[in-house]
Amino acid sequence: MISISNLYKSYGSLEVLKGIDLNIPKGEVLSVIGSSGSGKSTLLYCINGLEPIQKGQIIVDDIDVHAKETNLNSVRQNMGMVFQQWNSFPHLTVLENVALAPKIVSKLSKSDALEVAEKQLLHVGLGDKLSQYPSALSGGQQQRLAIARALAMEPKCMLFDEATSALDPELVGEVLDTIRLLADEGMTMICVTHEMGFAREVSDRVAFFHEGKIEEINQAEKLFGSPKSKYLQKFLSKVKT
Amino acid sequence: MDYNFHWRPVFKSLPDLLESAILTLEVAILSMILGIIFGLALSLIRIHVKGPLKWFAISWIELARNTPALLQLFFFGFGLGAFGIHFSPFLIVLMGLTFNNSGYLAENFRGGFNSIPDTQIRASLSLGMNHFQTYTRIIIPQVLRVVYHPMTNQMVWAVLMSSLGMLVGFRELSGETQFFASKTYRIFEYFAATAVIYYVIVKIILGAARLMASRLFKY
Repeated sequence: MISISNLYKSYGSLEVLKGIDLNIPKGEVLSVIGSSGSGKSTLLYCINGLEPIQKGQIIVDDIDVHAKETNLNSVRQNMGMVFQQWNSFPHLTVLENVALAPKIVSKLSKSDALEVAEKQLLHVGLGDKLSQYPSALSGGQQQRLAIARALAMEPKCMLFDEATSALDPELVGEVLDTIRLLADEGMTMICVTHEMGFAREVSDRVAFFHEGKIEEINQAEKLFGSPKSKYLQKFLSKVKT
Repeated sequence: MDYNFHWRPVFKSLPDLLESAILTLEVAILSMILGIIFGLALSLIRIHVKGPLKWFAISWIELARNTPALLQLFFFGFGLGAFGIHFSPFLIVLMGLTFNNSGYLAENFRGGFNSIPDTQIRASLSLGMNHFQTYTRIIIPQVLRVVYHPMTNQMVWAVLMSSLGMLVGFRELSGETQFFASKTYRIFEYFAATAVIYYVIVKIILGAARLMASRLFKY
């Protein structure tokens, strides 16, 4: 589904990703952990083409994302992304937020787009907020709105960039529940996260990033249960698991 | 004080004054519409483009904001006239006001664009929208709200500034008033009445703007 080989990415002279190789089969949930600045979020931005890369290749669903002839807009239609800052569109109602892309990108009719949007909002538990503006929603609700908005494009995979990091602690749970729901439905997902408990419980595999490289990658239980890398051991001893 | 007020001539020429007030409103509205289009383009060029085009935009903005509006009108009237390029008084005022509005609005828009977080662009791109859709559907609607009140001010400013038009021979409200005042020597009465008309026009614009804002911005 997603296949990354020998990926290098720098911001100016700062090298952020130093040779990433990663294969994510269909239906897998991969969590990416590691300290700030280890290149986790950058990886997601490279996967959906929001950031150019210097070397290597990223193939998503048989399409080379960074090839010159690739139409990034159509690649991104197949890839939902949820950001740390929830980024709801403040000038649109909850329903319009979700219906916009299906209407103008997927070219659904207005009524079909609204139907899809309503379905996804019910899915994430926002069925009673359709005509509200995002400013009336809590952070957790806005993040679930962002998830519904991405799902409305019927993506083949989802990228979560620290989806709960900007939330108040009591709101984290509802967002994680929503992501868990997707995992149970078999969605292919990459979750950059600081929630170790969540990573351990939901992921098939977990990758530990250290200084722009994958220091260790393994099944969730094994990675948390018996970490081999000394950096990972140090990292895990610092964060609650 | 032995000045006797004579309002009768003013009342007699009121229909003419109101007709010229419509001309004032016309040129102000047109210069605003054009000003918004050019201002938006100038601000986008200033933010996103490098090279000569950017310097052209910056020069426009600098000249419009930092030189007297009257001189800008004179440039389009007498300045270009000296090179044998002649326009009607209406067009001279329209170009002058548009030039001035564009400069001020461009800076308002620039502030507006800067106030929208980059993450809004990333979020809409990540949904598969292209840059054009991102700007027209997501960014510009939000910018318009940010710049709405400065834009209203600029509209008021355009109405009042159009009175400079009488100095390039444009018979808008002030030009018309000047014409009648010098014909009848009732200078105070005419300009007092005209001041009231300007005041009413501005109040109507502000009222309409407030009404429109409550319709447009529900969030």
